[in-house]
Amino acid sequence: MDEKAQEKVSEKPVQEKSIEKLVVSSSPHFLRDENIPKIMHTVVLALLPAMAASVYFFGLRAIGLIVISVAACLMTEYIVQKIREKPVTIWDGSAIITGILLALTLPPSFPYYGAALGSVFAIGIGKQLFGGIGYNIFNPALLGRAFLQATYPVLITTWSEPLSKAAKAGVDAVTAATPLALMKFEGKMTSHLDLFFGNVAGSMGETSAIAILIGGLYLRYRGYINWKMPLGYLGSMAFFGGVFWLINPAKYPDPLFHILAGGAMLGAWFMVTDMVTSPVTPLGQWIFAVGAGFLAILIRLFGGLPEGVMYSILLMNAFVPLLNKHTRPKFFGEDIKA
Amino acid sequence: MALKTFNHGIHPSYHKELTSGKGIEKAALPKKVIIPLQQHIGAQCKPLVKKGDAVTEGQKIGEISASFVTAPVHSSISGKVKDIEKLPYPGGGKVLSVIIEGDGTTKEWGNGSIGLELESLTAEALRNIIKEAGIVGMGGAAFPTHVKISPPKEKKIDAFILNGCECEPYLTSDHRLMVEEPEKVFWGMKALMKAVGVENGFIGIEENKPDAIEALEKVVSGSGGSGIKIVALETKYPQGAEKMLIKAVVNRKVPVGKLPMDVGVVVNNVGTAFAVYEAMKYNKPLIERVVTVSGNGIQEPKNLLVRIGTSFEDVLNQCGGITKDGEREVLNGGPMMGISQTILDVPVVKGTSGITVIAGAEIKPNTYQPCIRCASCVEVCPVNLMPYKIGDLGRLYRLDEFKTWGGLVCIECGCCSYTCPSKRPLLQWIRVGKVKVREREKV
Repeated sequence: MDEKAQEKVSEKPVQEKSIEKLVVSSSPHFLRDENIPKIMHTVVLALLPAMAASVYFFGLRAIGLIVISVAACLMTEYIVQKIREKPVTIWDGSAIITGILLALTLPPSFPYYGAALGSVFAIGIGKQLFGGIGYNIFNPALLGRAFLQATYPVLITTWSEPLSKAAKAGVDAVTAATPLALMKFEGKMTSHLDLFFGNVAGSMGETSAIAILIGGLYLRYRGYINWKMPLGYLGSMAFFGGVFWLINPAKYPDPLFHILAGGAMLGAWFMVTDMVTSPVTPLGQWIFAVGAGFLAILIRLFGGLPEGVMYSILLMNAFVPLLNKHTRPKFFGEDIKA
Repeated sequence: MALKTFNHGIHPSYHKELTSGKGIEKAALPKKVIIPLQQHIGAQCKPLVKKGDAVTEGQKIGEISASFVTAPVHSSISGKVKDIEKLPYPGGGKVLSVIIEGDGTTKEWGNGSIGLELESLTAEALRNIIKEAGIVGMGGAAFPTHVKISPPKEKKIDAFILNGCECEPYLTSDHRLMVEEPEKVFWGMKALMKAVGVENGFIGIEENKPDAIEALEKVVSGSGGSGIKIVALETKYPQGAEKMLIKAVVNRKVPVGKLPMDVGVVVNNVGTAFAVYEAMKYNKPLIERVVTVSGNGIQEPKNLLVRIGTSFEDVLNQCGGITKDGEREVLNGGPMMGISQTILDVPVVKGTSGITVIAGAEIKPNTYQPCIRCASCVEVCPVNLMPYKIGDLGRLYRLDEFKTWGGLVCIECGCCSYTCPSKRPLLQWIRVGKVKVREREKV
């Protein structure tokens, strides 16, 4: 340290005379050890049980679909960011999540090229067109799936039995109806236990409630999801589902069936909770989650489709800016007169 | 029983262990001091001395009699006025300052005790002593104390809170005062309460300072029926912010745009109470204070009793100096609300509760990512704002919306910036918005 130089500080502009080269910033000067990649990679970790269950129930083809989707998502993100001359951030984990979630919502027999196409749409149109991470209005994975639903309405509703049941029948693959379709079109119920463990036909990552629950609870434990979201969504489905069940138990399924079947669990823990596309205010979060649960039940029971999770969340995504605007929390001391 | 606290807030790593066990040491007598003529919120003092004048320790060298919201400043050493000029101020910008070169002599304050007893003093006299001693809020804001304890007659004050939270990471100056001088702090508190004319007193201390709670508990119970209660609070930042403290201790919310006195409360800091004691008992003005010198960029963290006007460099050198290599950031205050210094030749002032030196990897990055609406900032904001939103509105100068969304309600605690995973400098942008609004409204 040059002390003589310090002596003269007062006479000339400060910066020129400063010999210490100190960092100068606005407070606060120390930040939480947290960043986007850390959050996203934790979500990927939380999806591992659901991915493992998909492989267990539907075989190696599940791995193929996941790998293809993730790869297509990463490539699309890379290409778009190159074209837009933006920094390439494909390893922040968000595109990986989109790829995994999209794959998990597909039937196990879905063609690889279809999964790739859905991924390109999810990232290219659903995310990057809006400006990339943080700017998208709709959940990219669900938007990708909605695109595939419109493009391949038959393929995306062609389900197969889990491996164990197919083996019992002595063949490689058996097409089958999902529990929700059985309920809706044939009035047949599936046992809660099969739904809980996932030994039923369906989208490959959605069938096992327990696997999704483990991942979801892990996220909650890590503090990355707000308990209002899954609770509001599942609670709302159980409540509104329960109302109709009480009206006519012969026709409508019980509340537990609603939250175990179809995409309810995956939606509740990994899609309703998507940070970018859900509200930030406590009241907004409640309205969002409860509203989406209500819509899902309406579609399931009275819509043309057996499953309503995807559209329920996409519809509520559209209301997020409005919800944020009209559910501002009261400022500290705002409601008080002195 | 659950500890009292407020809603939201954050739990940063406090690093208090670096200095919480270290007793207050007297810093070396500085050869030169720089005394800024404004170390408080309010009107700047006029110098009472000129170049070449001899001054003695404790002599009043700056005052402005025309203004109420102001506090006089005193020389912290004996010697000669070398110059009076505008010099860098640790709170930002430049302030007219008196440079004094010491003659090496010191004054013994303790022996010349005038031993004023509280019973013999009127509230009026107490306020006057506090004003003459140049005492200001020593938690950092430096609002003149005599103003704070003179609420207008129509405001009925029924509770006094002594702020012993010290929620800033690293800082332990109030903590050590409570542990080492609990009687003096308690006495100062009673004097302040008498000046305000209030019977009901609370001492709010975060539970991470059990020794301070115990020390004061002993003094309070020894005094018998003093009407003063110690309230252990949850360790959470910003527990020491006035509005948060009032909510936690007496469960009252200060309305937006109002002051603590509007809900019948006056809050003062532990360091302030100690200064009041010294002013009463020794007739000693506010010329030195306890400063915590800490951080990962300092060799030997310490709690030092430093004369006002001593340069940061002088203080840091008494703690082994700062890390030589790599990036360093020197703060007037703690890491949450402290102000970065551009040079080390700035003086310790009345509001300097600590000097924190951050180095290496602890220095925050200067890049940020897009907001992912994770809502962390909304979840931590103690005044229930939506920081991600008002931050953007401030940054974009959308001032009407900035006001509608509560930009001016912000207490600048920094919880939002701290918690943001995208490292967005939210508070910085909110400050920009506030400044712009004020500029516009002045015109």
